Amino acid sequence: MSTATQPHQATPSDETSVQRTRPKVSLKSTIVYALAALVTLLAWVLDTPADARTTFQFGSSGDLFRIPNVPVPALGFLVVLLVVMLAATAFSFWRYRERRPLPAWVHVVVGASFVLAFLTFVGAGRSTVIPMVSLLAGALALSVPLVFGAMSGVICERSGIINIAIEGQLLFGAFAGAVAASAAGSGYVGLIAAPIAGGLVGAGLAWFAVTFRVNQIIVGVVLNTLIIGLTGFLFSTVLSDNKALWNTRMPLPRIRIPLLADIPVIGPVLFNQTILVYLMYALVIGLQIMLFRSRWGLRTRAVGEHPKAADTVGIKVNVRRVWNTILGGAIAGLGGAFFTVGSGLAFGREMSAGQGYIALAAMILGKWNPWGAVMAALLFGFSKNLGNVLSTIGSGVPSELLLMLPYVITILAVAGFVGRVRPPAAEGVPYTKS
Amino acid sequence: MTEEKRPDAGEEQSVAATPPGETGEGQGPTLREQERPSVLYQIMSGSALMSVLAVVLALLIGGLLIAFANEDTREASTYFFARPLDTLAAGWTAMTDAYVAMFRGSVFDWQAGSFAGMVKPLTESMVFAVPLILAGLGIAVGFRAGLFNIGAQGQIIVGAIVAAWLGFAFDLPVVIHLLVAILGGLIGGAVWGGIPGVLKARFGANEVIVTIMLNYIAVYLISYMLKLPSFNPGRTGQRSPAVSPDATYPLLVPQWLWPDNGFRLHWGFVVAILATVFVWWLMERSTVGFQIRAVGANPAAARTAGMSVGRITVITMVVAGALAGLAATGQVLGTERSLTAGVAASFGFDAITVALLGRSRPWGTFFAGLLFGALKAGGFLMQSLTATPIDIVLVVQSLIVLFIAAPPLVRTVFRLPDPDRRRRPRRTASTTQEATA
Repeated sequence: MSTATQPHQATPSDETSVQRTRPKVSLKSTIVYALAALVTLLAWVLDTPADARTTFQFGSSGDLFRIPNVPVPALGFLVVLLVVMLAATAFSFWRYRERRPLPAWVHVVVGASFVLAFLTFVGAGRSTVIPMVSLLAGALALSVPLVFGAMSGVICERSGIINIAIEGQLLFGAFAGAVAASAAGSGYVGLIAAPIAGGLVGAGLAWFAVTFRVNQIIVGVVLNTLIIGLTGFLFSTVLSDNKALWNTRMPLPRIRIPLLADIPVIGPVLFNQTILVYLMYALVIGLQIMLFRSRWGLRTRAVGEHPKAADTVGIKVNVRRVWNTILGGAIAGLGGAFFTVGSGLAFGREMSAGQGYIALAAMILGKWNPWGAVMAALLFGFSKNLGNVLSTIGSGVPSELLLMLPYVITILAVAGFVGRVRPPAAEGVPYTKS
Repeated sequence: MTEEKRPDAGEEQSVAATPPGETGEGQGPTLREQERPSVLYQIMSGSALMSVLAVVLALLIGGLLIAFANEDTREASTYFFARPLDTLAAGWTAMTDAYVAMFRGSVFDWQAGSFAGMVKPLTESMVFAVPLILAGLGIAVGFRAGLFNIGAQGQIIVGAIVAAWLGFAFDLPVVIHLLVAILGGLIGGAVWGGIPGVLKARFGANEVIVTIMLNYIAVYLISYMLKLPSFNPGRTGQRSPAVSPDATYPLLVPQWLWPDNGFRLHWGFVVAILATVFVWWLMERSTVGFQIRAVGANPAAARTAGMSVGRITVITMVVAGALAGLAATGQVLGTERSLTAGVAASFGFDAITVALLGRSRPWGTFFAGLLFGALKAGGFLMQSLTATPIDIVLVVQSLIVLFIAAPPLVRTVFRLPDPDRRRRPRRTASTTQEATA
């Protein structure tokens, strides 16, 4: 009986089991909120001149009616945000004293206040506006491949296969999407080719991991290198020999959803997008429901948590794992299409640039849940875009330090500071029917 | 403890030395597999043979890819059914041209003007091998402890930052300056490697994720550092001041010994050899090494035997990071001689494949590093002579590792007998026992 769980002790989760006994309420959020308030007070409130103003831009060029720019007195607004954060700190401490868990919206409020405070501080006394719409739109664009990749990770890892090859799946999807779209002359063809390519990488991962029982992390890392080499090789030979045929940019058209796209600020960000982004919405909602409410989801989770028990009730463990890995690969491949047809670019060497690894981190930060993974992916996308926007605005804050932030947060999350993170129990352990 | 382990060292080694590529299988039935006759039988049944065959197979597939991507081949393939030999001939020419260029760029160039020029490719291979060997050793040590250190890239970068800074910002006497810079790089890498070790030992953080994240942090760190006035005084592009000559590795073949040789090979290669010897001693002869292998083979058993798994985890990661830091000194103090954003190139990731090919053993890693260094050096000449992109080297490298990780695949391709077949009935017997119990 113990043979199925024994090998797992090589992975770190045996140490996390110690933390399982901790009570669910903790002072962590209170401390984090207090830190946020302290940073706001010391670094920003005290450093902002009393008469400075920050201008927020909420309109975008395609709006139905123009929204004027909103100038706010920087110091007053910062103080208001500081009060909000302090109130949240007090509230969380009170909930802690009452031994009651903190509702999730408090995190959102504090996070939003903190970011707003930072933006206010950066824009204080400057003539440049803080472009809220492009900030959010850019964040969503950077998050799309991450979300697809993270969903791929969720599907694979919930069934017990560690999918480090997300990076390769994204890249191969981007490559196949660009080549197919260019050859066929339509971006939509790319959306068919990309998941096939990603699925192929997934199949390779499943083949080595299940049939040969090679360590899944190794296969994943090596497949990534293989895809980087392969796409790079084909890019500088076949693709550059005949650029017009194989690598012309083929953007997907934007589809504007009539009423929803007219909502100010959020509307153009969320509902004036390519079909790929709408597919992403459907995927996230569908997966969240399927994983926890359907037979497929139950079986997938069973295979990932306790394959022996799943096998006992007649679920074919390895078959399920293979198909889930291929499905996951296909989803990541579709996400890869965002790099090329989704953003209207031609294929470029190594254009996924490590996003697959970040998707993996987003999945872990989201605790192996589709919804959480999306939130983490959005966080990564937002902080990355914030870094980009700030470096164009020209703030005094070095953008590199800001760009490091999501990685630092992930490390803290994995180390258990942000909340208990528990991987599926049989993750990475090959299953042999006995 | 040292006397106790001597008699079974051979057997222990054969188990712990199984690369993690096989530990998926190895972790469960390891104890049972110890009954296997070890070293000699393993070589006979194909460990070494399998490595050679994997390299051959990977080169063949790489060759097919080169042939396929060649323009002449594709032109000839348009009339394939009329004259198929044309296509095959064009493909064959493309493949042999590429590999001949690769050989000339990595081992011996018979077309060079002087003897020094002929031998230079070999020294170039060794230059490229220095960081690969050193970082590969670090990863191999991690593998032996069951740790997946994906973070050699970040450890190299941080080591490089420290080593370069000590190299150009200070003025110290000749030998001491070099030693200080090397030590600095070593410590920088060790610190960056120690972080995931501590986080894993203390909080159970998955070292794969933490090391990947630390890689990115290191990338942003180096680009931040290179913008600082002290690292980039003239604001002239992304390059730090040159490392002081006192702090660079001397050339291995000095000009006074062999005039006009033009070799770039430096003492970093000697450091790589010394590090290989050290790792061999550490893993095979020291108590810590024994504990590292024990933890890697079976952490639960190691804990029961009274070893502190957390302590060993930290030590392993610090050693791995220090080796990666040494790899950085090879780059910063030897080959490049200043700090650039691309100082680590992709050595950190290539080193993973090096360690895998070397089956996590010190000398195996050493020769795997030489091989991949040769592929890299040869790749550059191949790219310039035959317009075959150097990316093919990545493809060949990763195929080699994939084939090595899955011996059954190679065996099927070459129709070799399966050495596991003898063992299989025993396993089914034991598992049926288990099932009935």
